Amino acid sequence: MLDIPLWKRVLILGVVVIGLVWAMPNLFYSRVEAHNDALAAAESAGFVTDEQQAAIDRWPGWLPSGLVNLGLDLRGGAHLLAEVHTEDVYKSRMDSLWPELRRTLAAERDTVGAVRRVPGPEDELHVEIGNPDQMARAVEVARALSSPVVSLTGAGQSDMEFSASGNVLTVRLSDAEKSATDDRTIQQSLEIVRRRVDEVGTREPTIQRQGEDRILIQVPGIGSAAELKELIGTTAQLTFNPVIQSGSDPDGRPGLGNIILPAQEQPNYYYTVEEAPVVTGEELTDATPGFDQNGQPAVNFRFNPSGARKFGAYTAANIGQPFAIVLDGEVISAPVIRDAITTGSGQISGAMDVAGSTQLAVLLRAGALPAELTFLEERTIGPELGQDSIDAGKIASIVAIIGVVAYVVASYGVFGVFASVAVMINVILILAFMSAIGATLTLPGIAGIVLTIGTAVDANVIIYERIREELRRGKRVVTSIDTGFREAMSAIIDANVTTFIAGLVMFFLGSGPVKGFAVTLTIGLASSVFTAIYLTRLMIVFWLERRKPKQLVL
Amino acid sequence: MAFRLKLVPDETKFDFFRYQVYTFGLSAVLMVLSVIVLLTMGLNFGIDFRGGTTIRTESTTAFDIGEYRSALDGIEGIGDVSITEVFDPTFGEDRHVAQIRIGSVEDTEAMTPEQISDVETALKEVDPNVTFAAVESVGPKVSGELIKTAVYAVLAASVGILLYIWMRFEWQFAIGGVVAIIHDVLLTMGIFAALQLRFDLSTIAALLTILGYSINDTVVVFDRLRENLIKYKTLPLIEVMNLSVNETLSRTVMTAVTTAIALTAMLVLGGDVIRGFVFAMLWGVIVGTYSSVYVAKNIVLWLGVNRDFSKPDPDALPEQFRESP
Repeated sequence: MLDIPLWKRVLILGVVVIGLVWAMPNLFYSRVEAHNDALAAAESAGFVTDEQQAAIDRWPGWLPSGLVNLGLDLRGGAHLLAEVHTEDVYKSRMDSLWPELRRTLAAERDTVGAVRRVPGPEDELHVEIGNPDQMARAVEVARALSSPVVSLTGAGQSDMEFSASGNVLTVRLSDAEKSATDDRTIQQSLEIVRRRVDEVGTREPTIQRQGEDRILIQVPGIGSAAELKELIGTTAQLTFNPVIQSGSDPDGRPGLGNIILPAQEQPNYYYTVEEAPVVTGEELTDATPGFDQNGQPAVNFRFNPSGARKFGAYTAANIGQPFAIVLDGEVISAPVIRDAITTGSGQISGAMDVAGSTQLAVLLRAGALPAELTFLEERTIGPELGQDSIDAGKIASIVAIIGVVAYVVASYGVFGVFASVAVMINVILILAFMSAIGATLTLPGIAGIVLTIGTAVDANVIIYERIREELRRGKRVVTSIDTGFREAMSAIIDANVTTFIAGLVMFFLGSGPVKGFAVTLTIGLASSVFTAIYLTRLMIVFWLERRKPKQLVL
Repeated sequence: MAFRLKLVPDETKFDFFRYQVYTFGLSAVLMVLSVIVLLTMGLNFGIDFRGGTTIRTESTTAFDIGEYRSALDGIEGIGDVSITEVFDPTFGEDRHVAQIRIGSVEDTEAMTPEQISDVETALKEVDPNVTFAAVESVGPKVSGELIKTAVYAVLAASVGILLYIWMRFEWQFAIGGVVAIIHDVLLTMGIFAALQLRFDLSTIAALLTILGYSINDTVVVFDRLRENLIKYKTLPLIEVMNLSVNETLSRTVMTAVTTAIALTAMLVLGGDVIRGFVFAMLWGVIVGTYSSVYVAKNIVLWLGVNRDFSKPDPDALPEQFRESP
């Protein structure tokens, strides 16, 4: 056990050196952070400003620049847990199916009779037909509208279920289709939330799916959860609809296929518009804040080719007519079409300030959320509180290290020094590994490191106590050390594996603070086994080779 | 001769079972007491588990809890309010911190931004210097699930550890280890209920660590016990156990002391935000050390151990390995 080949020595010391180098950026946290931020900003912008160049130059590019990611409780920021109302999508699916079903059934009017939609649950489509005895035919015709489910688990099933009772035909989504739809809804919401948060350019937000229908959003550095909610929660459903008339009466009869919408900026002013939009926000490719010809803040937008074609055709055919730009059920503006707009680009102007136009551009670019979100959990942690916690954690860790080192050195002398060096390198390795994988350090995580400082000595203690026993039996120094290490192995492994199990459970079942703690605990376990067994042994071997002690007091 | 600090002499011959009626009885009494305290007083659940909102305020001037309370009384749509002042030795003269907890009323949602800003404006009116260091809100829907996952986590960790010890040792050891875990977790929850300390997600993390630490300690003793059982085949079980604990005693004390030093530093200097969490861990280290010496082994002693596990059952061996008669 005690003749360690050269390659192993190099390997052990190599790991330590790499650990030191990887952990080092954390000593210069703000400088490295500025360097990283400037690099990222320059890369996404495609050019470098002088200021950014200065920030980049303050940290040499050939050094590692990974940092321990500070959790919200240390840095300050906002945390939201949102629930996605996936069933919203069922309703819109049913609503969009109705015109198609009506058209299909109308073609069979001679056999099934008149068709009428009757009220039912939101996620079902109830249709009354004139000739109930021809229901079988109606179901058959309707069934042609369904298609197979596109998902792994639901393969082979149809996306819609049809049933009939009396003269009412009921259509609902099949369970397989519902779960496939739910999945798509969450993915889409996740993507849109991510784009919206990314647009405002904060640092390293965490946006994750959690469980069946939840999204976890953590954004460091943002002022409050309310601010974040406002950014994420807005639906931003943009449509362009033909205007029928406008006035101050909200209760008039809009006529078939029309709806009355309020104007956003003028109180008590309403527009009657056609419900079916000419173009929707989904066909937008770009939206940027800008100014209109009067110097007022506005949003410039551009359509994709098919949107541009539809928009061009409509504007060409309706010159002189007003059309409404509708955002989330409110008319933002209703300009009169002066020319055919065939380029596919246009402008939304209205009473808004620069911040408003910027936010609208963000929302339009990020698309509409497919379903409503409710927020189940929200946390705002002020940056000062986080800084206080870091400071307190630092002082506590330093005092903990000093206390432990003093006690261990008093107990084991020069071997205590070895153990202490191992413990300190252990902490450095934890930080290095966390920087390398971009793990997040939380307040409980700091406590986890402090606990590791305490228990990391344990493996050394087990070994040293074994060596003591051997020495007491009158064995030679080298034999005692050798036996001590060998005999201690199984206890160390068993002890660490059991703690490791607890750590794994915390990581997989836990959330938030539990998870953060589990990460540091598990990394700490692995590195403490390395430092206690390999590093300490190497130090002891170096010592043996130099001193060649005849006797050892332990 | 170099100076060596030794809390435990080189050779000890404590009879750890001499007072086993008392030590085990004490453990049993404390466990029963913990259950009674848990049932009667209940845990002081934080918003993680109960839903609601906590607001941490900081002010440069001293404030009056009564004033804060009456400022919040008028606000509509918020649940019951409790306000506590937070004291910490690390705070300076001009730092006055309060923790305000507002019960949840809505069905599934966290508090609305309007309600939170109402609360903030009301407090600003009575104390213009107040700032809001942290605002956290958890809806009741989530809090129920958080309890469930927390309980699952503790159970799953226990089962995992049980299986591992079973594999590496014998089933008697696994039972002993798990009883020790239950003992530690129960006693920790008991003290949280008795002192009405806030019990939240971090406390669960602390509980799981205690679990890991305690089992770590127990396994080291078990490991030595297994070794000695093979070495001293004829010695009565109780004496092998005593020997094993005595042999590992200096290690047990050493590790407990280093861990306690580190945790005490965190308890005193780590700030008030994390104090409950660190307290749980420190308590767990004490209880865990005790349980590995006084609880886990007693169970193994009662269950008895198959002393012959070094020698395989001859009938179970294939024909060619059997000794010829």
